[in-house]
Amino acid sequence: MLERIIISGFGGQGIMLMGRLLAYAGMLEGKNVAWMPSYGPEMRGGTANCTVLISSKEIGSPIVSHPKILIAMNQPSLDKFEPNVSENGLIILNDSLIEREVNRDDVSVIRIPADDIADKLGNSRAANMVVLGACVKKSKVVKMETIFKALEKTLAGRNQDLINLNKEALKQGAELVED
Amino acid sequence: MGEKMLMKGNEAIGEAAIRAGCRFYFGYPITPQSELTAYMAKKLLKMKDAAFVQAESEIAAISMVYGAAATGARAMTSSSGPGISLKQEGISYLACAELPCVIVNIQRGGPGLGSIQPGQADYFQATKGGGHGDYHLIVLAPSSVQELVDLTMDAFDLADKYTNPAMILGDGLIGQMMEAVEFKERKKIDLPDKEGWILTGCKGREKKYIVPFNLDPYEMEKINLKIQEKYKKIIEKEIRYEAINLDNADLIVVAYGTVARIVKTVIDNAKKEGINIGLIRPITLFPFPEKIIAETSEKINKVLVVEMSYGQMLEDVKLAANGKAEINFYGRAGGVVPTQFEILTEIKKYLT
Amino acid sequence: MKKVFGSPKSLTKVPFTYCPGCHHGIAHRLIAEVLDEFGVREKTVGVCPVGCSVFAYVFFDCDMICAAHGRAPAVATGMKRAKPDSIIFTYQGDGDLASIGTAEIVHTANRGENITVIFINNAIYGMTGGQMAPTTLIGQVTQTSPYGRDPKTMGYPIKVAEMLSTLKGVAYISRVALSKPAYILKAKKAIRKAFQSQIEGKGFSLVEILSTCPTNWGLSPIEANKWLEENMIPYYPLGEFKTPEEVS
Ligand SMILES: Cc1ncc(C[n+]2csc(CCOP(=O)(O)OP(=O)(O)O)c2C)c(N)n1
Ligand code: SF4
Ligand SMILES: [Mg+2]
Repeated sequence: MLERIIISGFGGQGIMLMGRLLAYAGMLEGKNVAWMPSYGPEMRGGTANCTVLISSKEIGSPIVSHPKILIAMNQPSLDKFEPNVSENGLIILNDSLIEREVNRDDVSVIRIPADDIADKLGNSRAANMVVLGACVKKSKVVKMETIFKALEKTLAGRNQDLINLNKEALKQGAELVED
Repeated sequence: MGEKMLMKGNEAIGEAAIRAGCRFYFGYPITPQSELTAYMAKKLLKMKDAAFVQAESEIAAISMVYGAAATGARAMTSSSGPGISLKQEGISYLACAELPCVIVNIQRGGPGLGSIQPGQADYFQATKGGGHGDYHLIVLAPSSVQELVDLTMDAFDLADKYTNPAMILGDGLIGQMMEAVEFKERKKIDLPDKEGWILTGCKGREKKYIVPFNLDPYEMEKINLKIQEKYKKIIEKEIRYEAINLDNADLIVVAYGTVARIVKTVIDNAKKEGINIGLIRPITLFPFPEKIIAETSEKINKVLVVEMSYGQMLEDVKLAANGKAEINFYGRAGGVVPTQFEILTEIKKYLT
Repeated sequence: MKKVFGSPKSLTKVPFTYCPGCHHGIAHRLIAEVLDEFGVREKTVGVCPVGCSVFAYVFFDCDMICAAHGRAPAVATGMKRAKPDSIIFTYQGDGDLASIGTAEIVHTANRGENITVIFINNAIYGMTGGQMAPTTLIGQVTQTSPYGRDPKTMGYPIKVAEMLSTLKGVAYISRVALSKPAYILKAKKAIRKAFQSQIEGKGFSLVEILSTCPTNWGLSPIEANKWLEENMIPYYPLGEFKTPEEVS
């Protein structure tokens, strides 16, 4: 098994954290993982993306040209990566910020009103966790409990309210998709 | 066994260095290695008998390493392309004075200011000397974050063992990437005593000095011959490489670092198409694994060197093969990383 | 009808790519206006540094060259010596000018090279993501001063304008800010004087511009202006430190 995931959005949306949690959870489940960020000055204000690989075998090339899963948190990200998603792949998009339809008809699409849900939870910055929750439930790349564990490890030492809020966001995202 | 941690390559180097006893870091920010400088600031500024200095330049940073190394301390500096070029003066001095230290180069696209994306075009600079004069660094080329950790620790030991600067030659991709790492218990090795040459004040003994020059050419030649003797020993004892699938391969790829791990994916995919590819991955670039390349290329006769440059390690492979095999080359540079698809297409060209 | 202010001829039409609230853009515009006013655009060459303003070559509509990190004053020296009737300016950040390029700036000033230096002091390394600059204030947290700048191990913030004005070869030095309109007017005047001094062949001129880096300071553009006024100006006083009259 080799999961190839690209997560993309604008700086400040918590793109890197989503990827790190997936990679961390993969590691906790005993898999090989790699996380690769876009880097450099193009990041500021502009788009940010990261790649996550989770595999039962040694990971060779850490570069993903054709992701099986694309998480697009804003419109430019969908424009950029949609054509590359592999056949029968999965696109999860942030419906709050993306109006257009997906052009591909050979992939599954899930639309999550992430910003709206996060706003209702009282923190617009939790939109990333809403989408991540939906992604984990749908794709089963890792178990939901492991994402919770990864969250606790990654945010260890931070305010417990923040961790609880993020957990709630993950749960609400998961509830939006069917098994 | 230690616990597995998810770490960024650059930070993993820092942690490995500290665990290897490095307490002195001197650096100057540059992408894509700045997280290493920041990591050392965060850790060393809180440690006793340790120092972190953001130097005014890379020229100053390497000379700070020269100073710290002369006291017997384990010292490190790190940079990328333009900054490594500035360090060459100091590196040549360290090599001549036979002082151990570790220099990290997280390569990016060159030449000039170049780009900040991964590259491998500093191979000549790293393995052939880089500064003026006849000298070599011990050059280690990791291809995963775990190997960054292990080789950083080894680099300090090798530097001390041979009283010679060692270089970690990585690139922006492994520097920026996060993977699971483990800091394994290492077995203690015997290293030569530094007492004979360190400068700590001459109380109760004769004065000592470290001077990387001699104006008498015959004396200067002796200094040269002494370090050349040491390189012979290093070549004899320290060569490391990984070899995969060398028996019955249709073609052998020679690649190091990031490119080698991309080639591993190529090997898997080629197998599905009935193509058998072997890989020789030099882990030490100096000393270079000549013998295995010579033997394998004679047997298999088809070799493809892949680099993120326009053919630098290629020259060493050609020298090793010594005309006994057809040596082909594929390279991308300037910050472009070759994809598995491009490499496989290239391989197929030579198999028809 | 609303009056439309045209953009200076010495700027291209390319929109600035600097972060919102960053002062690099304002500084560019002022320099361009001055080049227009003196009518020297066509004989000017600008030297970009390595720093966020490495992209200045895109925005200035005059000849531009990019120097190695810190070496802009040396490149400018070469150009001015080879072509003395040209107008040469360097545009440098605090890491570029006051850290890696300290030797070059001191000796270029000391030789009294007839060039103009625009020095952007934003108390941080912008381009590389927020490390300590030589001008970073005491206690200021950056990536490489994670517990605040401690003068015991990291030295004190360098006052470049004051330091260089002690050199005999220097014709004009002033320090300005861009955080409010009144400051911007003064900054423009200072930049005019600096180029004037070069046009008249009086020797080395430098304008230090206190600038914001909202991104790496972790502040909004408005907070950044406030931070600059409350923290930087008290340590880095505005004003002229040397004027051509004093040149003997
Ligand atoms: C020799 C060398 N060392 C380091 C770098 C990396 N580098 C690029 S820009 C920069 C500092 C930029 O800071 P500053 O000069 O203050 O300009 P700012 O971005 O803040 O405007 C550094 C260290 C480089 N390009 N070359
Ligand atoms: S990083 Fe700072 S200096 Fe650079 S463009 Fe952004 S605000 Fe300006
Ligand atoms: Mg700066």
